[in-house]
Amino acid sequence: MTSSDQATPVRPDHRSPRSARRPPLLVGTLALGGALLFTSLVLISSGVPPLAAYKLIFLGAFSTPTRISDMVMLASPLLLCSCGLTLTFAAGLYNLGIEGQMILGAVAAMIPLRLLPGLPPPLLWALALAAGAAGGALWALLVAGLRVGLRVNEIFAGLGLNFLASGVSLYLVLGPWRRIGQASSSGTEPLPSAIWLPTLNNLRVAPAAPVIALVALALIWVAVTRTRWGLELRAVGLNPQAAGRMGIPAARRLAESLAACGALAGIAGAIQVIAVFHQLIPSISSGIGLLALLVVLLVRANPAWVLPIAAAFAVFTVGSVQMSVSLGADSSIAGVLQGALVLFALLARGFSARR
Amino acid sequence: MQQLLIDLAAVLAAAAPLIFATMGETISERAGVINLSLDGSMLLAAMVGFAAASISGSLSVGFAAAALVGALVALILGALSLSLGQSQTAVGFVLALLCTDLSSFLGAPYARKPGPAVPHAPVPGMSDIPVIGPLLFSHDLLIYASFLLLPAVWWFLYRTRAGLVLRALGERPQTAYARGVPVIRLRYLYMILGGALVGIAGAAYSLDLKQGWSYRHTFGTGWIALAIVIFGGWQPWRVAIGCYLFAALQALASRSQSVLPGMPTQVFQVAPFVLMIVVLALINLLSSPTAARRLAALPKPLRHPAERFVAWLATPAPAALGQPFQRP
Repeated sequence: MTSSDQATPVRPDHRSPRSARRPPLLVGTLALGGALLFTSLVLISSGVPPLAAYKLIFLGAFSTPTRISDMVMLASPLLLCSCGLTLTFAAGLYNLGIEGQMILGAVAAMIPLRLLPGLPPPLLWALALAAGAAGGALWALLVAGLRVGLRVNEIFAGLGLNFLASGVSLYLVLGPWRRIGQASSSGTEPLPSAIWLPTLNNLRVAPAAPVIALVALALIWVAVTRTRWGLELRAVGLNPQAAGRMGIPAARRLAESLAACGALAGIAGAIQVIAVFHQLIPSISSGIGLLALLVVLLVRANPAWVLPIAAAFAVFTVGSVQMSVSLGADSSIAGVLQGALVLFALLARGFSARR
Repeated sequence: MQQLLIDLAAVLAAAAPLIFATMGETISERAGVINLSLDGSMLLAAMVGFAAASISGSLSVGFAAAALVGALVALILGALSLSLGQSQTAVGFVLALLCTDLSSFLGAPYARKPGPAVPHAPVPGMSDIPVIGPLLFSHDLLIYASFLLLPAVWWFLYRTRAGLVLRALGERPQTAYARGVPVIRLRYLYMILGGALVGIAGAAYSLDLKQGWSYRHTFGTGWIALAIVIFGGWQPWRVAIGCYLFAALQALASRSQSVLPGMPTQVFQVAPFVLMIVVLALINLLSSPTAARRLAALPKPLRHPAERFVAWLATPAPAALGQPFQRP
């Protein structure tokens, strides 16, 4: 026995045959009810009226056209990351490194934007998205190399690389790519508006972003549920040793799922640059990758449910932004609700599997 | 010389929360349960501990509240994973995020407020001893407790009957069960105990080393504590070495900012996190079959010490770590 055992403990034991037959509606209702109860208690304990808070959380995102476009622009990268994580989760990996993969995607997307601003914009956008995908995939392949080659658990490899990625982007923002005049940790010099991804008139929503995300979702759904590759991926996720004996190159499938996830996260990072922030900022991933992990844990890597859940999470996050202005409470209540939803879903699954 | 002593003493102090957190996690993981919620439960405990101490005006109430929060998070993790069969990793990760957001939401009224702090308490008489006085005996009670916790955990794990049973929970739970050990109940006990230590680690920041409360107050130390436990091979002494090494690296990083003024300051702060991963990779590289073959090809006088060194470095994880326990 060597330290290779350190990789085994964190095998997710999802999708046991018994729980596959659980009634999803019951689990969903229990999860929602429990999460709302818990969040209400948290709200009451800090003196915030729950109904007013829920009104903001659930409907705040639809209050103005600007909010709706913010919601779409959050849902798009969230959906992309969730798609990627569906692959790694199917392969039994907890890709906590997704935040770093998104950051590196954003950094890589900046390269063509900075070097070739004179190109026709559509070509430049394509280049930026491709560079983002490549950057994210390369960063994810580092995780894969550490995991497959050096048997460093992917959770810690990913976390370490997240810290490194945020160091890289901070260095670029404050160092070589700093604003002309003064260095500011708030971001690099904004890109010329000619190369921003076009938005609907006067709104912040760039229609290309949700379209890219939906195409990715369709591709992932086909890949996971309709191809041999997806089947093999799930076999590796359930039992890598058995999959290896069946002739499936398990290590290769793990690396492929990570690379694909990194590419999707990188595209999400590139979209953050060309469509949302129009510059590189240090916290360009803004926790979207970790939120996507919650989405995927909630839907258990079932691609059919990724879209509604990711959209709902985006609604909560954008809706709660107004909390501090109108109710004087911190907007992190959206995170509490999202976390509680997943926690109570796990609880409900545990109960229904026992019965 | 004087400066070096001050620096070393500062490193010993700065590692105290890490010692509490990693010892708690070591106890939990040696009993076979991964508590991945560390980062979140430390944050929530730091916030609750600070709030409780501010409201009550009593430090012990603050630390007790923090320990209670850590224990409660561990209890929830236990209920979902040990009793309801959910993945320890999944539950732990969700709890980490949930507790982080809870700490941000509930802690907002306490952000950047002054509050009580553990008072400096040099040991009378002993703090005047040259070298070891300023190094070991010129801290506060919490730091002394961290010095004592390490040998206590080691002694418990390796020198007591209960410690032997604890290690059996992580290595051969089935065997322990056959010998009449209540596996699930004891796993609950040790992960709650470990969780309480993690809670104290959180309060060690908000009430002592980084006094006060602010958004994401502990900056990812919970995650690094998890990595240090692996780095230390689940053995208290090596885990502690990892903690002190990490604290020393962070001190060096903040020092090198003045040496290399061209580099932005924040870049150095990520260095220890990255180095930890590199070291983990190196340990695994050294213990790989290829490396073993290389070692076997070494000339004899070199081979034995080298092999011993590698065997010492590459300690296996507890065999049943993270595995659900089913009654036979």
